[in-house]
Amino acid sequence: MTKFEEKQPSVSVDKLMWMYEQMVKIRYYEDQMVEAYTEGKSPVFNIGKGPVPGEMHLATGQEPAAAGMMVHLTKDDTVTAPHRPHHHAIAKGVDLKKMTAEIFGKETGLGKGKGGHMHLFDPQAKFSCGGIVAAGIPHAVGAAMANKMKGKDWVAVAFIGEGAANAGAFHESLNLAALWNLPLIIVVEDNSYGISIPKTASTSVESNDLRASAYGVAGAYVKDNDPVAMYKAAEEAVNRARNGQGPTIIEIETFRFLGHFQGDPELYRDKQEVPGLRARDPIMKLRQQLLDAEHVNEPELEEIEARAKKEVDEAYQFARDSDYPKPEAALDDVFTS
Amino acid sequence: METAKKRVLTGNKAMAEAIAQEMENDKNVFVLGEDIGKYGGIFGSTQGLMEKFGPERVLDTPISETAFIGAAIGAAAEGMRPIAELMFVDFFGVCMDQIYNHMAKIPYMSGGNVRLPMVLMTSVGGGYSDAAQHSQTLYATFAHMPGMKVVAPSTPYDLKGMMTSAIRDDNPVVFMFHKSLQGLGWMDQLDYAIGHVPEDSYIVPLDKANVMREGKDVTIVGIQMMTHYAMEAAERLAQDGIEAEVIDLRSLAPIDKDTILNSVKKTHRLVVVDEDYRSYGMTAEIAAIVSEEALYELESPIKRLAIPDVPIPYSHVLEDFVLPGPDKIVETVKQMMDEA
Repeated sequence: MTKFEEKQPSVSVDKLMWMYEQMVKIRYYEDQMVEAYTEGKSPVFNIGKGPVPGEMHLATGQEPAAAGMMVHLTKDDTVTAPHRPHHHAIAKGVDLKKMTAEIFGKETGLGKGKGGHMHLFDPQAKFSCGGIVAAGIPHAVGAAMANKMKGKDWVAVAFIGEGAANAGAFHESLNLAALWNLPLIIVVEDNSYGISIPKTASTSVESNDLRASAYGVAGAYVKDNDPVAMYKAAEEAVNRARNGQGPTIIEIETFRFLGHFQGDPELYRDKQEVPGLRARDPIMKLRQQLLDAEHVNEPELEEIEARAKKEVDEAYQFARDSDYPKPEAALDDVFTS
Repeated sequence: METAKKRVLTGNKAMAEAIAQEMENDKNVFVLGEDIGKYGGIFGSTQGLMEKFGPERVLDTPISETAFIGAAIGAAAEGMRPIAELMFVDFFGVCMDQIYNHMAKIPYMSGGNVRLPMVLMTSVGGGYSDAAQHSQTLYATFAHMPGMKVVAPSTPYDLKGMMTSAIRDDNPVVFMFHKSLQGLGWMDQLDYAIGHVPEDSYIVPLDKANVMREGKDVTIVGIQMMTHYAMEAAERLAQDGIEAEVIDLRSLAPIDKDTILNSVKKTHRLVVVDEDYRSYGMTAEIAAIVSEEALYELESPIKRLAIPDVPIPYSHVLEDFVLPGPDKIVETVKQMMDEA
């Protein structure tokens, strides 16, 4: 038993190591995406230009929610994600090469170039995401329903931003999932802003786990974007769902280091805010915890970091090397044949 | 001699100016929607309003479209003149019940006893790889359903004049503005997105198409980006001696039949260009009107250019393939002239 496990016997350091690798991979993936997205968009920013055109919502700083939940899931569990989906996709094990190719609009992409960054679908990984706020929640309710009908102990997790908790779909889904006692977990990633609107100006309660009692479900709150606390809250929720004890809402206080989308002038937040958040970087925090636990040493962590980066680099290379679809392919796939 | 320099504005500034002037004129006018306050609207259509009128009349809402569009309906029924912004028209799915079962029908079902003097403004259009859930125009989806005026101005001048008309109108008006015509710094810089806009308040009617260019050989009807592409095509066709008349539809509902019919009676050929899906859409509606009322004026079959009944794809090679543009218009018109 490591020092960490002595102090926190419910936490597996091996699993924390897995989380660390995912978080590093996500961070590096998003850092590379900033670069790729910026290509062709300078000196004048034009959303439609470059190898990665369109809107781009990055999850830099929001890694703990995805890693801390996905560490408890298997390939049989379903995940739905919103418009900011890369961290969920990566931690859920979505094919990284095909995902990146999709974002580059290539024919080798998950959707053969038809979906793009907000619309990634990987049925093998049981992962989907979409561009309409809160729309993934009812889909997760349906997946949870299917799991129950099939007699499996698989769970469904819907990730949303805190802004989505004020959409009708959130409330209707929670009532339904509670009514039918479904293995559903909603993870609310509170990054403080729905685009420019601070949570205090959009949400009637301090945190959305407080809304759990309105639906007769369990609620949990994770503060300070803490990976270990997320791990624990997620484990409890997953166990509850697998054991037929119904839905959970987890809200995690997380950090949006970047704009709502790339190119967001962010005039609505104080210039000092992001440096303050970056000083509380969850990756650096977990790294230090792992070193303190004397479970790994510095070179071993560097090896993990190198492995994660290599995987990401290969995915980007695959995307860049892939061909664009033939223009007439636009007419395919409207109906399945 | 002094030459008066024409005042020019971007599309979004023209819209915001109309709203500001109406807010000054009428204390019942207010605006609500997502990111319309300090941010000034994602596409800039409410810029400067928060600073001028404050949070009591410029309300940032949660992501609760059913609630805030429904609330606009309730406020309009009480005599207010709300302007609600649905950020992308594609988001209509989460709130369409309020729009078509309530906003569009309450005035009718009340036998005219309830008025809903409100504007639902929303951004439309693609061409910048925003994929299937953020690139539609859905012109026909809204224009199909009775009870709403549906307008889609193409120039800064019309954006201001038609917004002023929409706010003053006692009916619900769906006001569609095209993202590419807003003059946003982060999109393609298009000449069409900037134009002459007088400072003083003025109105442009909500039921009149506009002949943008006169010609004798073929009528091309478009709206928003397709109007501008039709104008580009017309310039190129003129070099080959083909004079196209270009009609900017501006208003989908009510539709200005007379302007279209009068033009077809002159040119005897019709091409309709639409950034919406082909089937059951604006191109079909205009073709049907001309078939019903001016069939024997035609010298060749009507041609339609529209999105070929597929969702808007993400990858630019795919999107370019499905969107009509000047090349396709030129090619279509030339084929038509050759067949004659």
